[in-house]
Amino acid sequence: MSSAEPTRRDFLYIATGAVGAIGAAATLVPLIGQMNPDASTIAAGAPVEIDLAPVAEGQIIKVFWRSKPIYISHRSKKEIDEVRAVPVNSLPDPQPDQARVKDGHDQWLVVIGICTHLGCIPLANQGDYDGWFCPCHGSQYDASGRIRRGPAPANLAIPPYAFVSDSKIRIG
Amino acid sequence: MSGTSTYQPRNAFLKWFERRLPILGLVHSSFIAYPTPRNLNYWWTFGGILAVMLGVQIVTGVVLVMHYTPHVNYAFDSVEHLMRDVNYGWMLRYLHSNGASMFFLAVYVHIFRGMYYGSYKAPREVLWILGVIIYLLMMATGFMGYVLPWGQMSYWAATVITNLFSAIPLVGEPIVTWLWGGYAVGNPTLQRFFSLHYLLPFVIAGVVVLHIWALHVVGQNNPTGVEPQSDKDTVPFTPHATIKDSFGIALFCIVYAWFVFYIPNYLGHPDNYIPANPGVTPPHIVPEWYYLPFYAILRSIPNKLLGVIALFSSIIILAFLPWLDTSRVRSATYRPLYKQFFWLFVAVCIGLGWLGSKPPEGAYVVISRLLTAWYFIHFLVVLPLLGLFETPRPVPSSISEAVLRKAKVAAAVIALAVGAGALVGAPRGAAAEEAEAPPMLSWSFAGPFGTYDRAQLQRGFKVYREVCQNCHSLKLLSFRNLAEPGGPGFTDAQVEAIAAEYKVKDANDQGEIVERTARPADHFPPPFENDAQARQVTGGALPPDMSVLAKARGYERGFPWFVFDIFTQYQEGGPDYIVSILKGYTDPPAGVTPPAGTQYNQAFPAPHFIGMRKPLTDGQVDYSDGSPQTVDQYAKDVTAFLMWAAEPQLEARKRIGLQVMIFLLVFSALLYFTKKKVWATAH
Repeated sequence: MSSAEPTRRDFLYIATGAVGAIGAAATLVPLIGQMNPDASTIAAGAPVEIDLAPVAEGQIIKVFWRSKPIYISHRSKKEIDEVRAVPVNSLPDPQPDQARVKDGHDQWLVVIGICTHLGCIPLANQGDYDGWFCPCHGSQYDASGRIRRGPAPANLAIPPYAFVSDSKIRIG
Repeated sequence: MSGTSTYQPRNAFLKWFERRLPILGLVHSSFIAYPTPRNLNYWWTFGGILAVMLGVQIVTGVVLVMHYTPHVNYAFDSVEHLMRDVNYGWMLRYLHSNGASMFFLAVYVHIFRGMYYGSYKAPREVLWILGVIIYLLMMATGFMGYVLPWGQMSYWAATVITNLFSAIPLVGEPIVTWLWGGYAVGNPTLQRFFSLHYLLPFVIAGVVVLHIWALHVVGQNNPTGVEPQSDKDTVPFTPHATIKDSFGIALFCIVYAWFVFYIPNYLGHPDNYIPANPGVTPPHIVPEWYYLPFYAILRSIPNKLLGVIALFSSIIILAFLPWLDTSRVRSATYRPLYKQFFWLFVAVCIGLGWLGSKPPEGAYVVISRLLTAWYFIHFLVVLPLLGLFETPRPVPSSISEAVLRKAKVAAAVIALAVGAGALVGAPRGAAAEEAEAPPMLSWSFAGPFGTYDRAQLQRGFKVYREVCQNCHSLKLLSFRNLAEPGGPGFTDAQVEAIAAEYKVKDANDQGEIVERTARPADHFPPPFENDAQARQVTGGALPPDMSVLAKARGYERGFPWFVFDIFTQYQEGGPDYIVSILKGYTDPPAGVTPPAGTQYNQAFPAPHFIGMRKPLTDGQVDYSDGSPQTVDQYAKDVTAFLMWAAEPQLEARKRIGLQVMIFLLVFSALLYFTKKKVWATAH
């Protein structure tokens, strides 16, 4: 069937095979696409507003946004001073505390409460650094949510959020 | 799968592998080198079509399970969630529900082909019986799948079919209770049906492997019924049968896609868009079209036990066909009398299918009994005797000789196509035969290129909000839907404003249930706390939820309209009916007094008494776009809105449908020419 010169028959076979392959690939689109988040899930992931007024100094609350736990920590002056005194270069994931909070709202730390190691939820107010301790594999975070010890490679992530007023934030 | 493979891999690794597991050789001998009779016609491609349909059903089914919840409280809504929110969910579900019909359509062609050409005769008896087993498994699977959406037809089909077993003397009732897992069809029933519906397709796949194995041991039959004698009579399976089957499959897919994308609810029943209600049986319950002939046989026997026995016998008798047919000639081509009886039998089956969709009364019962009698006479009297009395025409000595004589199959093709068309249309025969058919209106969303009229949807939404909403919920719809593509086209800001006018219940931080302002992601809150309160307020009648109302209503089209509807894509029976109801309030005829709490509505099925008070009056709703403020206009607008609410993905469906159709036509044409090239050397 094969010859050095492409013939009209070869062209027909290749065209048929190519169109069939395109059809097979197109069929995969819905089969794969259906596993992505559906419209109701996406709609439910809309921004949420959190009232900070009831959160006392030293208190950490946990709220949910997009099914993820979000820790909101009302830090004391002492805690802030402590985390800002640490030399940034000595950290596994160097980042100054100032870069992890909003200007003028230094007492409020908002982090996604998911360990950057393998996704467990670290326990608040535990560990050696006045921050979080992950019970799964022993990662420890400080009061700025930065990784200090253990297998986790990165600091606790900061969700997208903004202050809509001094005592209210909008996450998402 | 027979004989020693001649497959010799050249690659060193494949040689090593083949010595340890000769699977490549198996594939090679079964699907590449396998000799297939050169004279197979297109009826033989239905085997390949069936294999493809089984694959499609399994793949789409596995996907549907990812989104379906098998619980009486969630099943219906989870299917609707799939249809509305999941990416391409509507397509996957319509592929699956219409795929079942296509699977049965193909299996009926396959069975009748086997009957016509005597494919069940020695040495193919086991092959045939395996086919009957597959068919039985398909019926069980199809039935249990139909139950899963948990609509009214689902529920009552489950009730009626399981009650068949109550006919068994002594142990009947305990068996039915055991099947249900309760005192009636309920959640345990749904869950076990779901489990078995997932299991059985894989059992079918296993028996299909045996079926193909048996086929490859005895070889394929062919239109002459003469066994191949030399290499001249056969061609290698690949490329010849492969390409011919592919072409047949592509053509079949065009029909399939027509149903999926343009008339996806044609083969279903509107009542199955009404959530299951154990307290009310729909006035006319009918099974899916593919069970109708057997349903007719069941109902034609006035005795319960005998009816059930007749039903099961009519299927089991197929397994005995190889011994009931005493003729030694296989193909009907050479059996002049059998050929006539065969077509008579086909007509009887189609006739039974039509009767199965009719109410069991009057002349229908008499004809059903006659046709049921003939169904059994065909097997038990005609076939055994024909073999003794019929004089067959001379059978060719070989396939090669027969190929030179062109067979006249065109007439048969047309006859079976018309028959199949009549059969698929048959289930329309129900619902409100007394009521006059509503006029067919012109809808912007009808036809292959139909789209919703945005302004009309917005007006319809206004009518819903100002009138219908006082009593009817719309619980499957979210506010966000109003801004989604293919809908009324509100902006996100408008949707936020609309949602802000509603209050929904939610828990506050203290755990108290409070009302808060609705957000776009919320569903439309219902007007009443529960059904009991709704009945209290409306004076007895429960206003149905309107989310899928436009698909849950319809009317009987009757013959021959239901056949034309396949081609004209008429899917607007629900909207036409709803408009006629909204406009149908008239004074009752002299001497007719509607009972307390009901009104006279000429469009409502007899006796025309409807619980809903006349909802619309001229000038009731203000339109800002200058459209006439009449009941007629209100009715059309709100109905269009309800159609969108019921089928929000309609525009995407028709748009993708066009792309699929163009693709399939191009692909079929290419396959046709490729097939001609491949076969050019074989003829």
